[in-house]
Amino acid sequence: MSSPDVQGPDAAHSGVIHDIGYRGYTGPRLERRAIAVGLYTHTLRGVFGLGRSAKSKVVPFGMAAVMLLPAIVIAAVSVVGSGQGLTEPVLAYTRFAMTTQASLAIFLAVAAPNAVSLDLRFHTLPLYLSRPLERPDYVRAKLAAVATAVFLLLAVPLLVMYLGAVAAQFDAGEQTVQFLQGLVGAALFSAVLASIALVIASLTGRRGFGIAGIITVLTLTYAVVSAAQGFVAFDAENQALAGWLGLLSPMTLVDGVQVWAFGAEPSSPAGPPPGAAGAVFLAAVVLLVTACYALLVRRYRKVKV
Amino acid sequence: MPVITTQALTKRYPGVTALDGLTVDIGEGVTGLVGANGAGKSTLIKILLGLSDATAGTAQVLGHDISADAAALRRRVGYMPEHDCLPGNMSATELVVHLARMSGLPRDAARERTADTLRHVGLSEERYRPIGGYSTGMKQRVKLAQALVHDPEIVFLDEPTNGLDPAGRDEMLGLVRRIHTDFGISVLVTSHLLGELERICDDVVVIDAGVLLRSSSVADFTQASAELAVELTADADTAAEALAGAGLTVRREGRLLLATLDGDETYDRVRDVSADHGFGLVRLERRRHHIADVFEEESADVIA
Repeated sequence: MSSPDVQGPDAAHSGVIHDIGYRGYTGPRLERRAIAVGLYTHTLRGVFGLGRSAKSKVVPFGMAAVMLLPAIVIAAVSVVGSGQGLTEPVLAYTRFAMTTQASLAIFLAVAAPNAVSLDLRFHTLPLYLSRPLERPDYVRAKLAAVATAVFLLLAVPLLVMYLGAVAAQFDAGEQTVQFLQGLVGAALFSAVLASIALVIASLTGRRGFGIAGIITVLTLTYAVVSAAQGFVAFDAENQALAGWLGLLSPMTLVDGVQVWAFGAEPSSPAGPPPGAAGAVFLAAVVLLVTACYALLVRRYRKVKV
Repeated sequence: MPVITTQALTKRYPGVTALDGLTVDIGEGVTGLVGANGAGKSTLIKILLGLSDATAGTAQVLGHDISADAAALRRRVGYMPEHDCLPGNMSATELVVHLARMSGLPRDAARERTADTLRHVGLSEERYRPIGGYSTGMKQRVKLAQALVHDPEIVFLDEPTNGLDPAGRDEMLGLVRRIHTDFGISVLVTSHLLGELERICDDVVVIDAGVLLRSSSVADFTQASAELAVELTADADTAAEALAGAGLTVRREGRLLLATLDGDETYDRVRDVSADHGFGLVRLERRRHHIADVFEEESADVIA
């Protein structure tokens, strides 16, 4: 028995405002996997500011433009230069990421906090975790979304360069192989950079700290490592040690894998030492991404809800 | 059939026992979960949702075991957290559509249900503006909407009236009641205010320091303590004497006289006494005790 003396006025009152019959939902409900894909696309759109304010599109699309521009120039140079004896693009596909790494760092510094810091700052996680998704699903969806965003940022300019090379009628077979190598490299860069950036961003609900932390880690490590490599390789003339130093920054680490696997030209003062040493770089990449994932899962297991 | 059952549910944090061997059955309808701040209400809800693990004991929600079957369970429940949990940079519509999809609704269904649900909780044009600019009352409505958008079978509402002004409280309580009466969804709602829950709940579960104090229907509480409130034109003392003289058990409460109700003849006797003595009868009504009165004897500190 409910209390009619109270229900009367209340029901009448709210009835006036929203007296529209309630309809239940009997339609299909998606499985956990499909829900995780939904979170992935939502995050990916959010990273590019799609469906958000114009302000939140500035950095992602600005950086995309900054990276696309050199690719367009390179493609144009290929087309024009093919008449003057040019036989390949002026910049190797595998070197594109290293060349544009400043823009990559800025993009990541905004994208990663955008993907995870806001949920922490606004304590939104209980709303996710009271739904079918599990904590690791959340981590995987966020990681995949940021990695995809970085990959797109690299792959689209590479595609432009490739189309330029095709238009310039460079050796099609060779260009295709190099382009695909560039894509594989881009995928590695995306995985490594997204993992590192997300770990940093997940530590703080404050977007500013995330941005500062990511830029510092990505650019400072590269600056220190490449300077040290230069010193060791040229002043101390120890090529092998200089090569090994490449393990210590994410950019030179992935570049080392490209040098080893594709025979690409190193973009820093020294590539990994010849032979099996390059495999260590690949192992380090796998280890780094796995460790970052484990850290993220651990971090989110501890987030209080 | 109970919707929620717990068996010796226990949750210990280092140094604190939040729930201590709680065994209770909760049925369909609106059930109030009452206790002082820190009594273990939120902890119980989080354990039932699988957000937090119990130290010992088991529980079932809608027949799903909370540890073995948590994923299936979370498809069928809705949760409105106590604290702020809304991203300020999204609009209510965007957020609720997104969360509907996170509950497994396909895109079109999510949109449609979001529009319906936001209307039911009373959000209109403002639903397209970023949540950051909302009042507390509007935020609470968004929180409620996201708990309902996937048409769950039971919702857990943690302090839905927190931070609301009296008018906002009344509206929210009305909404909570409608969730069951109009939407057919069972509700477990917490509050530290007994008076609030008494108005909208069918049953009340009272916990204190993680221990079950009492679980029964609101009707049980209020009927057992029913008295007849009498107000006569005569001086209260004289009237009390007269009623007592007619064999009624009477106590005074200000100008009111409260006669213990022993069935219909109590009404007759009051009528006869006032007629015999020539008193005017100003008020004669059956009085419901508030649940709080019952608890004052059992636990003075339950009522915040």
